[in-house]
Amino acid sequence: MQKEKIKVVLGVIGADCHAVGNKIIDYALTEAGYEVVNLGVLVSQEEFVNAAIETNAQAILVASLYGHGEIDCRGLRERCEESGIGNILLYVGGNLVVGKTDFSGVEKKFLAMGYNRIYQPSTLPEAIIADLKTDFA
Amino acid sequence: MLLIDFGSTYTKITAVDLAREAVIGTAKGFTTVETDITEGLQRALDDLYTRTGKLEFSKVLGCSSAAGGLKMVAIGLVPELTAEAAKRAALGAGAKVLGVFCHELSDYELSEINALEPDIILLAGGTDGGNRQVILRNASMLTKLQKNVPVVVAGNKSVAPEVVQLLKQTLSDIVHTENVMPKLDKLNIDPARQVIRRIFFDRIVKAKGLDKANRMVNKLVMPTPAAVLKAAEILGMGTENEPGLGDIMVLDIGGATTDVYSIAKGEPTKSTVQLKGLEEPFAKRTVEGDLGMRYSATALLKAAGAKKIAGYAGQSEEDIIRYVEKIDSDKDYLPQTVQEQQIETAMGKACTALAAGRHVGQIETFYSPCGSAYVQTGKDLMNVTTVIGTGGVIVNHTQPEQVMEGILFDKKAPYILKPQAPDYYVDGQYILSAMGLLAEEYPDMAVRMMKKYLTKTLGGKHSGIKK
Repeated sequence: MQKEKIKVVLGVIGADCHAVGNKIIDYALTEAGYEVVNLGVLVSQEEFVNAAIETNAQAILVASLYGHGEIDCRGLRERCEESGIGNILLYVGGNLVVGKTDFSGVEKKFLAMGYNRIYQPSTLPEAIIADLKTDFA
Repeated sequence: MLLIDFGSTYTKITAVDLAREAVIGTAKGFTTVETDITEGLQRALDDLYTRTGKLEFSKVLGCSSAAGGLKMVAIGLVPELTAEAAKRAALGAGAKVLGVFCHELSDYELSEINALEPDIILLAGGTDGGNRQVILRNASMLTKLQKNVPVVVAGNKSVAPEVVQLLKQTLSDIVHTENVMPKLDKLNIDPARQVIRRIFFDRIVKAKGLDKANRMVNKLVMPTPAAVLKAAEILGMGTENEPGLGDIMVLDIGGATTDVYSIAKGEPTKSTVQLKGLEEPFAKRTVEGDLGMRYSATALLKAAGAKKIAGYAGQSEEDIIRYVEKIDSDKDYLPQTVQEQQIETAMGKACTALAAGRHVGQIETFYSPCGSAYVQTGKDLMNVTTVIGTGGVIVNHTQPEQVMEGILFDKKAPYILKPQAPDYYVDGQYILSAMGLLAEEYPDMAVRMMKKYLTKTLGGKHSGIKK
């Protein structure tokens, strides 16, 4: 019997329509043997949570590239808790804040929001795959 | 051939001459489902024979919305996803959806389902390989039902066998079929529709005492709304030998509900728009229980607001409220004056505007640093070319387009994707459901006859559809 693939929900949050990186990550993760439920761009928090519930995904991967990440991503963990999937892994990456900000500060902020892993701009998909491997070991 | 529609009030019959492809005659009698359904049918036949002479029929087919129609409850997981997919499957099968339930059922909700007394329950939940717990838990809840209701299982395929086994502990009538939402946002309602129709035909007809009609009817094939949907579908798509009319909508304004049907892909008509959310069925039916001309008149007043209806009618809000009170206390009341007729027209137009607005899709604009982005959910029906109207307020109207114009795209609400410039047709002889039945046996003929008998409105002048 084939081992069931690990399933992740992927999407670009908020009023953000950067589609290229989303397709690259989808491709890389699928190649690496994960099942990707890709919601594409302009995804609301509610859509992320609904998709994770219905598909029984083990992680939500949120991308934000247009600088409003902090506002868009705030409260996603609480929404997951409210919906009964409070233990799901949350990864977030991209240009999460506007301007040149020290990444450690950004990381701290997003960890406090309940995200498990935070990626800075131009992280390669390999880093995400390595972390998924570790987290699902 | 004889085609019968057993309605909740009237049994309507349509006699068709297959050789001439013509309606020989139509008649109606009161439905007698409490005693013996064939009595009302016999009365309708006698009425028909007085005008046509005695007829022999090669075949008799029927559809029914008598005895409450096909009453269903739909159960899913997330309201916008599998619960919505289950609801659409039930509506597409021609059911009256009494309730939609989502997430894990509570004991209160189970009591509610018992009280609703559905004929069939559709149980969905989880994509294929997705969530398992909720549908399993809901199946075990349903084993506590007071009645042996047939259950259609159309959820996560990975746990379908366990779900069926659970239900079979206390219920005898369990059918499983493909998932209504196999992948996120993918809709797959046809298998569930087929199964629901078969259960209706095999068991519900009998349970409601409609099977007595079998003495006179070869087959009671489907619930009436399913026959109308079938007629619309075949008229829009056409057959191999008979071209269809393209994208169409059907509007049926009744006393209690307003039903809207659309036969169209509904993809974005503008290139910059991207589509999101749950897929839409090509043949879509929605039912609005709060929009109607009699039983739902008070609810309509609440939904539309007196101001809107008054604006349509060119009268005061007080007049509208008074008239609605009048028909609420006497459901059989018919408009007696020009002023009352204007209010009826305005109410019909409000039913149309609201029901169509809920049926069609919408566009949302996102203003982002990358410019404006447009996202469409639901169907874009701006390019629908044909709108067919049925129901008393339309059929008995001297200028039915005054009622049907409510379906038009409104510049003040450009995000609601209603038709821009359709032609209007009226089902003056109430043949739509009959043609849906005829299409079962003679699809080409059904399309040709609809083209012949549906009449185009031109400021009150009727002319046939262009061949």
